[in-house]
Amino acid sequence: MEKTLRLKAKELLESGEVKVVIGYGWNRSKTRTTPVFITDPADVDTLVWNPLCVNNLSLYLTRKYKEIKALGRPAIVAKGCDIRNIVVLITEGQFKREDVFIIGMTCNGTVYKQDLWKGELTPNIMPTKCHNCDVRNPHVTDFVVGEKSTFTPPEVPTGMVYDKVKDLDSKSQSERWAFWVKEFSRCVKCYACRQVCPLCYCERCITEKNMPQWIETSAHPRGNLSWNLTRAMHLVGRCTFCGECERSCPVNIPLNLINQKMIGVVKEAFDFKSGYDEKTHPPMIVFSPDDKENFIK
Amino acid sequence: MSGHTEHSAPTGGYEPKIMAFVCNWCTYAGADLAGTSRMEYRPNVRIIKLPCTGRIDPLFIIKAFENGADGVLVSGCHPGDCHYTTGNYHARRRWIGFKHLMEFAGIDMRRLHFSWVSASEAIKWVDLINKVTDEIKALGPFMEYKGLKATEAEQG
Repeated sequence: MEKTLRLKAKELLESGEVKVVIGYGWNRSKTRTTPVFITDPADVDTLVWNPLCVNNLSLYLTRKYKEIKALGRPAIVAKGCDIRNIVVLITEGQFKREDVFIIGMTCNGTVYKQDLWKGELTPNIMPTKCHNCDVRNPHVTDFVVGEKSTFTPPEVPTGMVYDKVKDLDSKSQSERWAFWVKEFSRCVKCYACRQVCPLCYCERCITEKNMPQWIETSAHPRGNLSWNLTRAMHLVGRCTFCGECERSCPVNIPLNLINQKMIGVVKEAFDFKSGYDEKTHPPMIVFSPDDKENFIK
Repeated sequence: MSGHTEHSAPTGGYEPKIMAFVCNWCTYAGADLAGTSRMEYRPNVRIIKLPCTGRIDPLFIIKAFENGADGVLVSGCHPGDCHYTTGNYHARRRWIGFKHLMEFAGIDMRRLHFSWVSASEAIKWVDLINKVTDEIKALGPFMEYKGLKATEAEQG
């Protein structure tokens, strides 16, 4: 797969069809993969592909990275789950489909955290999203690398995140409150979850608006709660469950739970799953007169 | 909340503070009708008028709780009646998400109410405020949320 990938990258760069290839490369000690930005066809051999390629590179297509945008038309090495994020960015008008060349990678799963890698991909080191993945054969691409995957996800999504969401749902309101206050109390307001999220691309985040100060800046439980609730609210109907926020969290706040819960709510209420069709609008920017609810009196 | 309102509350026991975010065209007019019709209702509600329910950012509600509200009420035009044609439909979508999020985070949903009150429904408004106020009065102050700041002081 790596060979095909490098050949394609070289061809794209040499023909001038793209100006930069965003992909994965090794770090210096070859223990992790790190994003690489290749502009010279001679450098394509730095591109790699393996289960350590967990990063969601679609982040680098957003307007947060103006210096990458300035390089010219990009090609991006993307797994199916990353392509879902690219699709959301397209539906939100961040760029057009033809503005990016998507090199889709067929994928057999990644590791949850790169430190867990022992040289072999086993189900217990894969995140919940990989066990339920329906985009192992990338769905929106210009070029596909790799053999077609025959994996079919289970009918009912299973895995740790779904179990924990169910468990929390069955608890009482005060138990849920205690759980989240305890989890959020560790938050240090580093905003890594925001920085790594391909869908948090506001040039001026609500946390930076201080007239009035919408989100309290110090890392105490009240400000932490309002930050984490706001972050989750801003991702309703958009989040694709790529899991980068939780992976990047230095204090391991289970953000996947809250994201997955909201994905479930959107699925139930609006019958919508984000990141599959670049022509459908995200649910929170449209409406239907027939929306059903039972709590507005 | 200013100190003024704090002291002007009746001294005979606990009185909840309730914030109402209402739209200019329906619920505010409904509340106004209740006033001009000289209907009496519980004085615990502080009304904030906004152009439309579509203008109500969920962060307003979080902010209200942060600043000491014991309950929040959000109200606007009935579906189909929006002055701006579609504002309340957008708001409804947002609330569906927000309500489930707040529920999942463990906020007591008896403290957060959503309703449609039209300009002619003064009686509905009065009943709603009375019901919500009594319910929240029975629950007591929202100590879980107010306590968040205190927790930090102890740790710090």
